[in-house]
Amino acid sequence: MKYLPEAVVVLLAAFVAFLAAAFSQDSLFQQHIGIVSAVLLLGSLLLFRRVRFASAGAEVAEDTSGYMDGVIRYGAIATAFWGVVGFLVGVIVAAQLAFPDLNIEPWLNFGRTRPLHTSAVIFAFGGNALIATSFYVVQRTSRARLFGGNLAWFVFWGYQLFIIMAATGYLLGITQGREYAEPEWYVDLWITIVWVAYLLVFLGTIVKRRESHIYVANWFFLSFIVTIAMLHLVNNMAIPVSFLGVKSYSAFAGVQDALTQWWYGHNAVGFFLTAGFLGMMYYFVPKQAERPVYSYRLSIVHFWGLIFLYIWAGPHHLHYTALPDWAQTLGMVFSIMLWMPSWGGMINGLMTLSGAWDKLRTDPVLRMMVIAVAFYGMSTFEGPMMSIKAVNSLSHYTDWTIGHVHSGALGWNGMISFGALYYLVPKLWNRQRLYSLRLVNWHFWLATLGIVVYAATMWVAGIQQGLMWREYDAQGYLVYSFAESIAAMFPYYVLRMTGGLLFLTGSLIMAYNLYRTIRGDLREEVPMGAEAPAMQLAE
Amino acid sequence: MMADNKEHGPEIDDVSGVETTGHSWDGIKELNNPLPRWWLWTFYATIAWALVYTVLYPAWPMISSSTGGMLGWSSRASLAQDVDAAKAAQSVFLDKLATTDVADIQSDAELSQFAIAGGSAAFKVNCVQCHGSGATGSPGYPNLNDDDWIWGGTVEEIHATIQHGIRYASDDDTRVSDMPAYGADEILSKEEISDVAWYVRKISGQEFDAASADRGQVTFEENCAACHGDGGEGLRELGGPRLADSIWLYGGEHADIVAQVTKPKQGVMPAWGARLGEATVKQLAVYIHSLGGGE
Repeated sequence: MKYLPEAVVVLLAAFVAFLAAAFSQDSLFQQHIGIVSAVLLLGSLLLFRRVRFASAGAEVAEDTSGYMDGVIRYGAIATAFWGVVGFLVGVIVAAQLAFPDLNIEPWLNFGRTRPLHTSAVIFAFGGNALIATSFYVVQRTSRARLFGGNLAWFVFWGYQLFIIMAATGYLLGITQGREYAEPEWYVDLWITIVWVAYLLVFLGTIVKRRESHIYVANWFFLSFIVTIAMLHLVNNMAIPVSFLGVKSYSAFAGVQDALTQWWYGHNAVGFFLTAGFLGMMYYFVPKQAERPVYSYRLSIVHFWGLIFLYIWAGPHHLHYTALPDWAQTLGMVFSIMLWMPSWGGMINGLMTLSGAWDKLRTDPVLRMMVIAVAFYGMSTFEGPMMSIKAVNSLSHYTDWTIGHVHSGALGWNGMISFGALYYLVPKLWNRQRLYSLRLVNWHFWLATLGIVVYAATMWVAGIQQGLMWREYDAQGYLVYSFAESIAAMFPYYVLRMTGGLLFLTGSLIMAYNLYRTIRGDLREEVPMGAEAPAMQLAE
Repeated sequence: MMADNKEHGPEIDDVSGVETTGHSWDGIKELNNPLPRWWLWTFYATIAWALVYTVLYPAWPMISSSTGGMLGWSSRASLAQDVDAAKAAQSVFLDKLATTDVADIQSDAELSQFAIAGGSAAFKVNCVQCHGSGATGSPGYPNLNDDDWIWGGTVEEIHATIQHGIRYASDDDTRVSDMPAYGADEILSKEEISDVAWYVRKISGQEFDAASADRGQVTFEENCAACHGDGGEGLRELGGPRLADSIWLYGGEHADIVAQVTKPKQGVMPAWGARLGEATVKQLAVYIHSLGGGE
């Protein structure tokens, strides 16, 4: 029994969860913890039976490199899986907005599917991508095996359990109503434990590194892990009503609570979706382009600029609210100052390609990474612009914000993660190359088209909404009712769903391509950039 | 694979001709390029702009308040200014509206146009939730475009309905009508209710069962005519809805009518007078009156 201690611990946890369900104070807690107990029981059974998922590494000889790559292989699969799930839920949510009849009560109404979508893409897809790539990068650039032995496996499986707890909780209707931090207190406690383990593994690996300097990608990864821990702890300070019940009350009230939530929310974007993914960018772009990073000095200055300035910018989410004027002003000016530090990452990413631009013609993986950096640059310009109060008075509460978020999330986070996966999978499974570069090219164009359709539609929709809400007639009265502005959104919502469908289709092609790559298949195809024979004109 | 890559001293990158920093991580090197000038100056410019802005506007937190900014701007004062300006622009008409009797507004073309614009805006905020965007109503909520008025369709009567509401307990002058629950309180038998429903279908010009309707007519005259009128033409003084037409608040099918006679649904509308103020209620009355069914 190779995993006997682990199996026993998981079984005990399942039993404790079962007891908690049995003595629970409310039926929601009972259902939720019951699900957790069942999942843990299943996990312990799998461990007892030592099930090995062949596709996830059985064929790969262990430890040829001295690096701990098994957990990263699982991470790569989890990233692709949760990505497809998250995008699918996104399309469903978009459809629900266009066709309200699709709100299926009670489990699948918009109020529950929306956090399901945001958490699935940010934390399940993005989080797995960050954990997997950070484990890969920190080992290679420190020339050290992951610290802590099987602790890395605990991080991986603990994180998947968190995802399942969060997702099932949303569907049951359990929420603390804090955006991007909806899970209740007991899920928050669990992810705290997992996150501290993650920090230990990462930091421990850096401490035992065999390079004298810490590579820039690791600064970004470390800042992401540390800051997210701080944000999570403060934002989720709450007192549970019962230790066997779902409900808790926040430690903050009123405008302080609102500011705490957006201090968290904005920096979740800043440190999870920006700093973490910049870490990814700083390794995979120079690797795929086979070029040195453009400027070491720029990487230092923009790193510290970003870290120092980002944390103050949250109040721009609360313009024109009860938040005092001075806090709104600071939120805005810090956002403006953040523009160049953000762009430092874009410059370093794009300029790393100098001398390698021709590769874009033949390498769709590199093209994916480059368009990710381009979308990053675009959304980090748009963000400061939208933080200006005059612009914000038009854009706030409209779908423009949704468009902005998605040009960043789909364009930057999505594309750079896809690029990293395409780089990682052949390496992790010792394959000669990807199954098909042509399919990567399809994915690239479908995803790009999807993002453009999505973002452009939401810009137009948002600006129209904003203009309708502020339209006064000659007598000084509002022209449109709120319901009329919603009715006017219908065509845009259908188009937005179409953009999402294109993006989802691309991700399904990726999943297929990665699956065939892992199996070791190679598609016979005309190399990218070469003329297809059929295209040659007859004499 | 984990063999030491020796750290070399600075070397020159062949492609760009730029020196590297001399480090190498898993084969990744870094060029020693300076900060791009345009980047650095734009960064300085945003910082300078931020500093100037924070001097002009409320920005830096002190012990019990914050710096006020040299412009003396505050969001509250700015909003108050906007509201005052908007009110000033409307003041001529608003003053006139206050002194004009609601029945006389329509004889002043300009004032009437102003009232309709204001009423339309107020309707969109306060009334569409029940009466619908186009005031077309929905089951239980009357359509306001037609001439089937339960409490009267003159501008004064519409005004009174909006001002005091319907069955709105906290307004003493609210309009009240209370149809007995003929079935639930066992005033009529199930058969009698069914018959009377067939009779209501007859007088409203729909298909009906003749024998039942004849029996129902007797029941109707004894129980219903007092409020709904002998021929079901309605009685506005008591809020008895007109039945002899094809417009239904709770549905005109036999089962709908039986349900309503058995245990009537009785809708409630809030009294808007105290909440919206006299000028807005007058505007709403003129607007509703203008929709097509006004008398």
